[in-house]
Amino acid sequence: MAGDEKMVQDWPLPDTVEDEDAPFWQHANAGELAIQACARCSRLRHPARPMCPFCQSREREWRVMSGHGRIWSLTIPHPPLLPAFMPYAPYNVIVVELDEDPTIRLVGNLVTGPDGRIDELDPHEIMIGEPVHTVFTRMADDCSLVRWVRDGS
Amino acid sequence: MSDILSIKDRTAIVGIGETKFAKHLEPSEKELACIAIKSALDDAGIHPSEVNALSSYTMESTEEVEIARNLGMGNITFFSQIHYGGGAGCGCVLHVAMAVATGQADVGVAWRSRKRGSGARPWATVGARLHDNWKYTRPYGLVRPVDEISLLTRRYMHEYGATREHLCNVAMAVRKHANNNPNAIMYERTLSRDEYMSARWISEPLCLFDNCLETDGALACVIVRADRAKDTLQKPVYLHAASQGFGPQHQTMTNYHCEDPLLGPSWATSARLWSLSDIKPADIKVAQLYDAFSPLIPLSLEGYGFCERGEGAAFTENGAIEIGGRLPVNTSGGGMSEAYVHGFNLINEGVRQMRGTSTNQVTGADSCLVTSGEGVPTGALILRT
Ligand SMILES: [Zn+2]
Repeated sequence: MAGDEKMVQDWPLPDTVEDEDAPFWQHANAGELAIQACARCSRLRHPARPMCPFCQSREREWRVMSGHGRIWSLTIPHPPLLPAFMPYAPYNVIVVELDEDPTIRLVGNLVTGPDGRIDELDPHEIMIGEPVHTVFTRMADDCSLVRWVRDGS
Repeated sequence: MSDILSIKDRTAIVGIGETKFAKHLEPSEKELACIAIKSALDDAGIHPSEVNALSSYTMESTEEVEIARNLGMGNITFFSQIHYGGGAGCGCVLHVAMAVATGQADVGVAWRSRKRGSGARPWATVGARLHDNWKYTRPYGLVRPVDEISLLTRRYMHEYGATREHLCNVAMAVRKHANNNPNAIMYERTLSRDEYMSARWISEPLCLFDNCLETDGALACVIVRADRAKDTLQKPVYLHAASQGFGPQHQTMTNYHCEDPLLGPSWATSARLWSLSDIKPADIKVAQLYDAFSPLIPLSLEGYGFCERGEGAAFTENGAIEIGGRLPVNTSGGGMSEAYVHGFNLINEGVRQMRGTSTNQVTGADSCLVTSGEGVPTGALILRT
């Protein structure tokens, strides 16, 4: 999909230079999953925000994760959809809970590799609880999306 | 608690009004709002010049000043807007009720007007780059509200063994109710289990019939103090208790980042609501539960204490949420089969049940729970005769 410029042009992409979470996207573009953490009480939080909800500290840092987690849930969207997604429907959307902290959950897609299509895998064979790890799909110079592949693949 | 000012039973809904419901109506949202509010005031026998409190949704397109100068209202002394789309409705009633009960105003109007049938689907608008939480969901094709709720639904099914049969129970119950409500969009359209099971997918495991309608329409209600209510045209429907609510670490619609995403905003709302109420879940004989999507019904049955956690799906078995069952739900057809106007039709139907004028009247119902959107910061009301 990264090679299809028309598709990428219409694809909804994040603003990657906003103050609070720019590091998330910088790390993703470098092939790392980083999550914001409190520098005082050490708890992770996602999405990023300026104050720790557990200890109210504003001291914060970014921590690179192992990139491993488990599928917490999934859905399989069908039309009508945004034009960018129509050629791929039905495709999978998954939620992954991270090994480091299962309450840190990320929405993504299960693919076969960084440039795998989101409709490539049979969505009906995806199971809650499956172990997965990160891959990074380059969508624009400043933006890579965090996606997931099955462990052992 | 003795020195705390309570609004329990101190206000009443004395007028309800609504436009026709249709996929497309000609008048503007502003004009539809005026029609619904005038109708509600006529129902109560109160002149628009007496209204001095207004509340609606932040998503409402018509501002308070426009409402007031169209209807010829006088001095407005209280106005508020409630956030979070379909989560707002019951909060609007609560806000004007608090204003009226505390003497900030005397006659309050809450309303919602929306041309969701004619207008563009809100999720279909694409900006240059995404901001806020949407950055972490939309690039992955999680675009529509149905996709967002579907992720919670799949997890709910996984944890508690709920099935599509249960969701079908919900869709068929509200459709049956609509089939006996001439104002419902689905009045003449029945729904069978076979039709449900063979319907096209929208976001698996949710199919077409798990989704609300897309409707043009407007509704309003009128709230006054209990002493004034006795002098209006209709049987007063008292606001016994109400609450708004959302829980820790909540994220609107994409509530995947809190400790326990299946404990939705209904849980936070419910705790306060019942603590303020002399009426308990076991006493409630009819409920109007927000149903933008069918799984919100089992989630709400749990959140509002009609069953234990994980039992909401099984609760829908054996006709329990249909007329004649333990707790008839959405007796006008609700958002899935009467009209989807961000849940305001649930409020008006709750009032009709307390007046005894519903087309699906529940015998002996002397209290009714009404809720706003589950999955977003929400609100709930306990109405009583
Ligand atoms: Zn902290």
